[in-house]
Amino acid sequence: MTVIIDRTRPAPKSAAGHARAKAGPGGGLYKPRVPIHPKLVHGPWRAIKWALLILTLAVYYITPWIRWERPGGLPDQAVLVDFAGRRFYVFNIQLWPQEVYFITGLLVIAALALFLVTALFGRLWCGYACPQTIWTDLFIHVERLFEGDRNARLRLDAAPWSFDKVWRKTGKHLVWLGVAFATGGAWIFYFHDAPTLLTAFWAGEGPFTAYFFCALLTATTYVFAGHMREQVCIYMCPWPRIQGAMIDDHSLQVTYRYDRGEPRGPHKKADSWAGRGDCIDCNQCVVACPMGIDIRNGSQLECINCGLCIDACDEVMIKVERPRGLIAFDTDAAVTARQAGRTAEYRPVRARTIYYAVALSVVSGLMIWGLSTREVLTLHALRDRNPTFIRLRDGEIRNGYTLKVANRTFEPLRLDIRFAGVTGARLSRPGAAPGQTLVITAPPNEVSAIRVFVTTDGQRLSASSTPASFEVTAPNMSARADTVFLSPPKVRP
Amino acid sequence: MTERERDDHSGIETTGHEWDGIKELDSPLPRWWLWVWYGTIIIAIVYWVLMPAWPGITGFTRGVLGQSDRQELSSDLRALEAIRGAGAARLRSASLEQIESDPELQAYALQVGQSVFGDNCATCHGAGGGGGKGYPNLRDDIWLWGGGLADIQKTLLVGVRSGHPGARGETMMSAFGRDQLLTEAQISDLTEYVVALSRRPADRAAVARAAPTFQVQCVSCHGPTGTGDRVKGAPDLTDAEWLYGPDRDSIRNQIWNGRNGVMPSWEARFSPEMIKALAVYVHVNSGGEGAAPAAPPALAATTPKPTGP
Repeated sequence: MTVIIDRTRPAPKSAAGHARAKAGPGGGLYKPRVPIHPKLVHGPWRAIKWALLILTLAVYYITPWIRWERPGGLPDQAVLVDFAGRRFYVFNIQLWPQEVYFITGLLVIAALALFLVTALFGRLWCGYACPQTIWTDLFIHVERLFEGDRNARLRLDAAPWSFDKVWRKTGKHLVWLGVAFATGGAWIFYFHDAPTLLTAFWAGEGPFTAYFFCALLTATTYVFAGHMREQVCIYMCPWPRIQGAMIDDHSLQVTYRYDRGEPRGPHKKADSWAGRGDCIDCNQCVVACPMGIDIRNGSQLECINCGLCIDACDEVMIKVERPRGLIAFDTDAAVTARQAGRTAEYRPVRARTIYYAVALSVVSGLMIWGLSTREVLTLHALRDRNPTFIRLRDGEIRNGYTLKVANRTFEPLRLDIRFAGVTGARLSRPGAAPGQTLVITAPPNEVSAIRVFVTTDGQRLSASSTPASFEVTAPNMSARADTVFLSPPKVRP
Repeated sequence: MTERERDDHSGIETTGHEWDGIKELDSPLPRWWLWVWYGTIIIAIVYWVLMPAWPGITGFTRGVLGQSDRQELSSDLRALEAIRGAGAARLRSASLEQIESDPELQAYALQVGQSVFGDNCATCHGAGGGGGKGYPNLRDDIWLWGGGLADIQKTLLVGVRSGHPGARGETMMSAFGRDQLLTEAQISDLTEYVVALSRRPADRAAVARAAPTFQVQCVSCHGPTGTGDRVKGAPDLTDAEWLYGPDRDSIRNQIWNGRNGVMPSWEARFSPEMIKALAVYVHVNSGGEGAAPAAPPALAATTPKPTGP
């Protein structure tokens, strides 16, 4: 098909061109961010946020310093990710790298719990427990200490540079950096013995990774919590996009009850409340919002469900002597129902909450079952592949195996090795008498490799590959590993 | 300067270049791209100052950091030697039997041995030591020169027909056919005789004819019953293993041409502790000929770590 372009007429303007023209110079997709200065509010939700802030930060900073006695010269740190020793310690649980599926399980549990909580109560994680929210809250608090509350901050930003502005800004950034450093500094203690590392760190003798990750987390904390704040949630975090699939009309979320609030408008003290909504359009919910949104526009991507607008609105409602809860944790279904004159009913038990709860229970159950029945003695048999078998002087066939015995206990284990599946097979290893059983000692808390040979009369084998198995037994435990015994296709007579 | 043409649609100046009616817009480079570019220029200049960079007539600019890959390599090698020193010292001071019976030292020797074997021995004996035609299998219990620890160590040190003063293999197998020491018929009979030695069906008449020839020509090395002689490296002709092949053609070919195996001496190339490690590696993987069966390991003696509840 030929398209004839008429060049005598001006080309139509593209959508992007229109957008560029509308945004004016310096605008368009690269619109500069307008800093958000949320106003401090007081109320129950703010109190809960303070409490959780203190609790979560305390857990983060204190955990690496908790001591926990372990036998046999093992680290006495309660929570330790020991990369050098290839062990992960959580109180009385000790995991080996081979058991990384427990970590996977933990992450699956965390994801499912997040799904369930979101389906029930909206993005509580975002509003109350997410590190981005916690540290941003802390950084805003520091900002408030140096520069005052919202209006003072706006004034200071607009004011020309002066000594007052310089010291306030400098002080704020220094304290931010201090907090950021403490954050990065606490992180590294999870990976090394905390008291040892603290001394080594300041003496300049710490491992490179400690300085690297301390610097990295200092930088990310300072940038994310100090400068980027809500942009992390809106542009970087995938969760706001995923949450749409978890939330439905029956999820509790921070909701502006428009059935009660509309029509909104300014209200004077003497005016009647008849024929109008309770919202006096005072904008307090907007100025309190750390995400810079207007909750009255309904549930939206940016809303982290922190409830600070509830506190802000309730303060106003008390002043204007109207009932509290114009903005509250409520469901869209309830608001719609009241609007239609029906009674609102909260339904926490719904198909999706049942799915999530069942999935969560199943995975948690599997984890508990896995941890409680964790194998402390495991065996793997690696068959020699080159050569696969050896024919001996008298025509007998020998296979070589390397047995990997993992002794996860803290004591040496005396083990009997047996081989089954091939009649008349003898076990041997250099330095031990051949026989039906070999005795070895597996050192505690490590994997030992044992070379063993299995020899048998080739005439008795019917196939070139015979299924077989090794078994190691200790007085009260045992482990098995399946393997095969290989022989020539047809043994020469 | 002349006025440049402006594109109606976007309002951006064109470069004036035109291809089939399509004009190129003179769009400015993205700002971030420019900054990255300036950044790389600065990095390059800093690099010239710090690191070796510019070639000259007699040498090159050294850079203020004094970086030298050659020095780094040699210091790395020295560091590696220091790390290996401890293990090497233990191998040197321990006897072969001690190395083999101590689980930790044995594991160390096996690691060293495997690496040395793979680099040097696998070419002929195969990566797993399984050998091949003309190259002995080191995994089985059949040995030309002895399969004990000391035997293997000696073979490694002096080699076989290697030119080393103490090399193994003074006596050689003659090329009975090529050098016309025996007639073709005699060699055919001898082939039947050797087949019979390994307990396989053979032509009885030929075996009877070959018996005197065998007694004259072969017993000095292979022994009156054909079981071979490890001192002379003469293979056992009664077992199931054949260095140059088990069939009649291969046996006849060997009697005719009398091939003699050669293995270099490794004394000059490897340190004594590497030879020890290699000997232990080969010995352990062959099943350990002549190793004294030790008692089961005592529980307390092999416990490296303190125990607790």
